[in-house]
Amino acid sequence: MKPADGNTAPLVHVEDIDTYYGKSHILHGVSLEVGRGEVVGLLGRNGVGKSTTLKTIMGLVSPRRGKVIYEGRVVTGLPAHRLARIGIAYVPEDRRIFRLLTVMENLRTGFDRRGVSEARRQELLAKVFGYFPVLAERRNQAGGTLSGGEQQMLAIARAMMLEPKIILLDEPTEGLMPRMISQIREIIEVLHREGVAILLVEQNVPLTLAASQRVYIMEKGTVRHHCPSSELKVNDAVIHQYLGV
Amino acid sequence: MELVAEFLHAIPYDQILIQTLNGIVAGMILALVASGLTLIFGIMDVVNFAHGELFMLGAYVGVIIIAATGNFWLALIVATLIVAVLGAALQITTLRPLLGRDPLTTILATFGLSLVLQNYALWQFGPVARKIQEPFTGSFSIFYLQYPWYRVLIAALSAAIIGGFWLFLKHGTYGIWIRATTQDRVMAQAMGIPVPWVHTAAFAIGAGMAAASGVLFAPLVGVTHAMGLDWVLKAFIVVVVGGMGNLGGSIAASIFISLLESYASIWLDPAQAVIVSFVVLILTLLFRPTGLFVPTPK
Repeated sequence: MKPADGNTAPLVHVEDIDTYYGKSHILHGVSLEVGRGEVVGLLGRNGVGKSTTLKTIMGLVSPRRGKVIYEGRVVTGLPAHRLARIGIAYVPEDRRIFRLLTVMENLRTGFDRRGVSEARRQELLAKVFGYFPVLAERRNQAGGTLSGGEQQMLAIARAMMLEPKIILLDEPTEGLMPRMISQIREIIEVLHREGVAILLVEQNVPLTLAASQRVYIMEKGTVRHHCPSSELKVNDAVIHQYLGV
Repeated sequence: MELVAEFLHAIPYDQILIQTLNGIVAGMILALVASGLTLIFGIMDVVNFAHGELFMLGAYVGVIIIAATGNFWLALIVATLIVAVLGAALQITTLRPLLGRDPLTTILATFGLSLVLQNYALWQFGPVARKIQEPFTGSFSIFYLQYPWYRVLIAALSAAIIGGFWLFLKHGTYGIWIRATTQDRVMAQAMGIPVPWVHTAAFAIGAGMAAASGVLFAPLVGVTHAMGLDWVLKAFIVVVVGGMGNLGGSIAASIFISLLESYASIWLDPAQAVIVSFVVLILTLLFRPTGLFVPTPK
């Protein structure tokens, strides 16, 4: 999908990053791109560095080498709160809801910032409450009292409150019931239609292939394979090689 | 029956009532000091050993402003603001660079700050205690005692400040930022909350509250460079007994411990009554190490 202004540069460009946790070398020269409004899947077994890739983009860990470029600007080393303000939102694997804050207060951490008019706030709220009616019902309940699926919805809704250009979505369907999974699938679709880019880390291969335009497959801290999602089938040899049990 | 009557007769109701009043007054001041301490611990995992010195500096700034203007209330406000700004500066220069390091480094840093501030006060103001006059001297009689209204006012003002702070935490945008950061620093940052500044603001608020309690309490004891020591020790006990980082728990524990000490001093020397706090501390650490007023953790 190319924007009307002819700007074809990728929204996010990760360039050859090496990330360490203390002494352990997690990412070995990872490079990838996400275009504007594009949904990109990031597949791989547990522990190959998918989550670390997201954390590095979000500025939560600093790469020792390489660059993260966002909207044509090098953002490596910027603190996460600055990145959140310029359009990168993060939905972590363990959701990380503020457990003692109410649903509404969790959402406020996203929309209660300078430059958002009261009317815009109401619009944003109406939008997520439209997608996730259960959050409207529980708006005054503490986040920690929600079920796993509801917490996942809250985590996504909270990220949407930042009006991001890209959402880094880490295993949104992990541990959820099938009904919840299809709801997550729908919301990815909606966000895509609205022009929000998504970098989706998932174990659920069919969902990822169906929801994304391109996929990267990682192994041992590096990208091994990269292709349009339509070229891969769930039982492809590539999938078996890198993801099979 | 006669035994019961005799027993009931032997209870010193008058003293108990007076000591209840004393306990609540001391408890509210302590709660004001401890709220700041527990706020700072909760949000940054920093045990602020310099908290008593912020209390002491507040009192000294109060002395200076009163000498210049003669207005106690102005002194209370200005001392709070000046020490809050000083707290922000101290946090930025000494604690912010240590974020995420071993907690021992922040303990040493705040302990160092405490020594520096104490000796600065000694050098600047000398060893002789300064006086702050009570802003008014009215009293009411309770049994055989003239009880000063000012003490009641201290308790009321402390409660008002704590209440205001609670409302701010509960409803204000920045209050929500403080609570979100306390619960999950990393996720708060990922939501665009400027965590380093939230830390600075929390430290400034804690410092300001300590300074306010210093000014309020000064008329009862006199101002010296070491006046913070007693309070910070008690505030630490309260923060541990109330559950580290738990604001409501700290307030409840402040009043609880102050009341116990007050009652104990009916029968004991006040110096011995302090032992009661330590007994409570030790029992708490033995049987409810997460605090008396915190639900038992899963």
